[in-house]
Amino acid sequence: MDSRDSNLYQRANIIRSIRDFFVSKGFLEVETPQRIPANAPEEHIEPFRSGERFMHTSPEICMKRLLCRGHGKIFQICRCWRSDERGRRHVPEFTMLEWYRTHSDYRDLMVDCEELLAWVAEACQTAGKMPDKNRLDGWFEKAQRITVREAFARFAATDMETAVRNGSFDELMVTAVEPALPQGAPVILMDYPAAVAALARLKPDDPAVAERFELYAGGLELANGFSELNDPVEQRLRFEAANRTRLELGSAPLPLPEPFLRELAAMPPSAGIALGVDRLVMLCTAAERIDDVLAFTPEEL
Amino acid sequence: MYTVADLKKGLKITLDGDPYLVIAFDFTKPGKGQALYRTKMRNMINGTILDRTYRSGETFEPASLEERQMEYLYKEGTHYTFMDQQTYEQVVMEEDAMGDAKNYLLENLKVDVLLFGEKAIGVTLPNFVNLRVVQTDPWAKGDTSGNDSKPATVETGYVLRVPPFIEEGELITIDTRTGEYSTRVKG
Repeated sequence: MDSRDSNLYQRANIIRSIRDFFVSKGFLEVETPQRIPANAPEEHIEPFRSGERFMHTSPEICMKRLLCRGHGKIFQICRCWRSDERGRRHVPEFTMLEWYRTHSDYRDLMVDCEELLAWVAEACQTAGKMPDKNRLDGWFEKAQRITVREAFARFAATDMETAVRNGSFDELMVTAVEPALPQGAPVILMDYPAAVAALARLKPDDPAVAERFELYAGGLELANGFSELNDPVEQRLRFEAANRTRLELGSAPLPLPEPFLRELAAMPPSAGIALGVDRLVMLCTAAERIDDVLAFTPEEL
Repeated sequence: MYTVADLKKGLKITLDGDPYLVIAFDFTKPGKGQALYRTKMRNMINGTILDRTYRSGETFEPASLEERQMEYLYKEGTHYTFMDQQTYEQVVMEEDAMGDAKNYLLENLKVDVLLFGEKAIGVTLPNFVNLRVVQTDPWAKGDTSGNDSKPATVETGYVLRVPPFIEEGELITIDTRTGEYSTRVKG
């Protein structure tokens, strides 16, 4: 059996351990529709059309509507679709883990992340199929927390505010900040500029940044979480702003998820996060390419 | 015209008037951010390595490259002249662009010349060429020093190690990929 086929066993084992983790913490596993009338419009995420509807780019809209209906702790493992994304760490159809908790903020999610990584590392190490067992030892440690502002000050030639203003934020993140992040223990990059956090709540004592964070492990961007914005008026403004930017970039504006906007006022203060399961499997199997952890790549179909 | 979606290892594009070969390529997309296409490429004329990051919507000119069989005619200063036997068209290549090829060029040798537009930017030789030894010391009979090779100069001026039994005036075959002695040509 080649490494790609043995990775399928690891993948199944990891997905089982994710389920065990959330069930043990009292989360309800949900399944929400994947073909929906509207996603949250984003500047740089292209949904696939499916007839009159869209394939979801993330289950966030439906999952937050469940929070509005009174569910407190929910998780979902599902396929998501994003057009035009293909590379060493990207496929257009991929597996996402999302979880949400009410009466919580992004700091609670950070703790969830640390506990989840330790749980998954434990499951991989006891499964006995890992050639290099010590590789995931760092996942049992507390994640190192660095603010985005601090990371730009330390690793990039430009400060965060200037980078956002002159449009070099993404490029510096990829070329200067990410390669310099500490390896070993997981890293939490937190407090993103408000301009790049369309669905996140602003930080009360520093409204220039939003309560958004990204989880990195082994240098790989693994998850993106935030304290959810639950102000429907502000949320509509941000969606409309995203659509204006899309127009400027030459992309078609997208319809707004109206039922979500109607119900949002009923959402308690909440936090939610999306984690790329394929990438988690890549890290656990030391795979260089996302292709190595998939049953089939899009090109093989 | 290429778009960022065409970028991959091995793609040849024109940039600032020079042909470049893409030698490494990575698609990245920081969380919620824009797609970035990070490329590393090598200038096919002077070998310089360049790192460039592109965004969606950017386009590239393909490098118009053509390989043609030509015959080596002569050298003048640092210029090497080749001729297409079919069209009698001549091209001149600078010594810098020749690389090691100049060690093996004898008049009338047929080679593949790489053309970028009108400009000759590289030459591919046959894997093996025969050259005559013009200078090498005779093998001292009974030499017990243990040396199993000695230096020899061939007619192009190139110096390489050959087995001790090779004598001046002999024709030898050289592997142009390694620059090493291959066999003695009998007769």
